[in-house]
This record gives sequence, C-alpha cells and structure tokens, in this order.
Amino acid sequence: MNRSRRFSWFVFSSPQSFYPLAGTLQPWFAALAFLLCAAGLYISFFVAPTDAQQGESYRIIFIHVPAAWMSMFLYLVMGFWSGVGLVLNTRLSSMVATALAPTGALFTFIALWTGALWGKPTWGTWWVWDARLTSELILLFLYIGFMALQAAIDDPRRADKAGAVLALVGVINIPIIYFSVQWWSTLHQGASVSMKSAPTMAATMLLGMLIMALGFWMYSIAAVLARVRCVILERERHTEWVMEEVGGQA
Amino acid sequence: MNWHSWSEFLAMGGYGLYVWGSYAVTLVVLIGEIVALVMRRRGVIARLAQFYAARRRNDETEA
Repeated sequence: MNRSRRFSWFVFSSPQSFYPLAGTLQPWFAALAFLLCAAGLYISFFVAPTDAQQGESYRIIFIHVPAAWMSMFLYLVMGFWSGVGLVLNTRLSSMVATALAPTGALFTFIALWTGALWGKPTWGTWWVWDARLTSELILLFLYIGFMALQAAIDDPRRADKAGAVLALVGVINIPIIYFSVQWWSTLHQGASVSMKSAPTMAATMLLGMLIMALGFWMYSIAAVLARVRCVILERERHTEWVMEEVGGQA
Repeated sequence: MNWHSWSEFLAMGGYGLYVWGSYAVTLVVLIGEIVALVMRRRGVIARLAQFYAARRRNDETEA
C-alpha cells in the first residue's frame, strides 16, 4: 500500500496547514457562539420562571455556572496540549496551550465576579475563604502564572516547556475545585447538575444554562483559534509562507 | 412571560444591581477580548510587514 497517499490528521500538526484551517473554521464558531448565547439569554430572562427561594437573583447562574465550567474545562484542555507539546515536541500543541490561557483566565474571572454578585444577596457576603471559592481563585492565579512565566522567557521553545510543567502540575487543582463541595463543608452549594443523578432544577432553567454553556464553549473555540493564528504568525515569522501571508515581497 | 414592563425587567425583583452587574461585566470582558484579538492581529501584521521591509533594505545594502 502506498502510505504517502493516505490522508493523515498529522498534516494539521504543522502550523502552516493549521493556520488556514483555523481561519476557515473561526467565523463559523463565532456565529454559533452568537446564536447560542442569544438563544440562551432569551431563555434565561423570558422563559425560565422566577426561582421560588432566590427570586430573580438566581438568573446570575445562567452565566456563573457555564463560566465556571469553561474555566475548568479550558484548563484541562490547556494541560492536555501542554503535555502533548512536552512529550511529542510538537510546536503547534504548545502554541494552542499558549492561546488557551487568556480565555481561560477571563472565564475564571467571570465565574468569581458573578459568584460574588450572587453571593452577596444570597449568602450575605461577597466572598468567603471556603474550599470552592479559594480553589477557583487559585485557578485564576495558575492561568496568570502560566502567562507570566511564558512572557518572561525569551526563547519560545523554553517558554513552552516551562509553561507546560506549570500547567501540568496545576491540573491537580481541577479535581480539587470540582469535588471541593463534597470533600469539605463549604458555604458553596453542591452541584445541581451531575452525571450521576437527575438535575435538581426546573427543565427550562437547565436548558438555559446548557445553551449558555454551549455558547461559551463555541465562543472559547473562536477566540482561541483567532489567538493561535496571531501566535503562529509571530513565531513562524522567519518562514517563507508567513512572509507571503502578510504580503511582504521576497 | 416574566415581566410586565421595562422598569420591572430592569429592577429584577430588587436584585437589578447584582444581576445586571454580572451580565454587564461579562459582556464587557468578552467584547474586550474580541477587540484585543482584532487589535493584536492588526498589530502582528503591521509589525511583520515592517520587519520584512527592514530585512529587504538590509539585504539590498549588503548586495
């Protein structure tokens, strides 16, 4: 069999072939994000009923829970691509990890901010040092630490490796955040949605939350694809194809 | 339908500050990221065009 004729997905592990692919996919993910968030917001404010216990303040969870999910999920994806970059020495994997960090940090910030604004009317306090809130704050510091470490090292390949080690060590924090409400007695409530049992909330509330989560997910993909394209241009600037892409003549 | 008027919608049952404070900051953060990404792309392309132009001039002087 002629191996060279077989299509291989590894073709996209080259920045040169991934760059145009990312450019083609990015607007579709952006459009999906916009539509899903619009539908999610409509359900959040006009379809989902008022909560019997919390009144209208509960509507914050339509962004709080999806943002918190994304903050953890993006960290896992960042850790995964960091690990792949470290083990297989693939440049693009590390570039994707670098591109994921700012979006992950922003969703962590949103989760903390909306959590504080929900906590004040519900618990009577903006902030407590309980296990869930503290570990989520550590997640923000991990993202910021990853970005600062990479920015401090001039050689991109060394920055990739140092960042990858930090990202992988930090992965231990994700199960700590997720299970913190079970392992310790926290002010933060347990999960309303889990894999094991039926959700303990009204169907329209759940639907709004899930659609918002999908919208945030598509937004993250669009933002990361846009950012990785910038990173590729910067780091591959010594190649012919980037020169042609930017429009400089040989 | 949950709301009978605009003012009722904005008041959010007395939680307006908290609800709109959450949604407004989220919107500002996400739009800020989009603007930053657009500016970064323009900046990268402008800087690279300068870089290639400088290198070309350098090559011509040497030749």
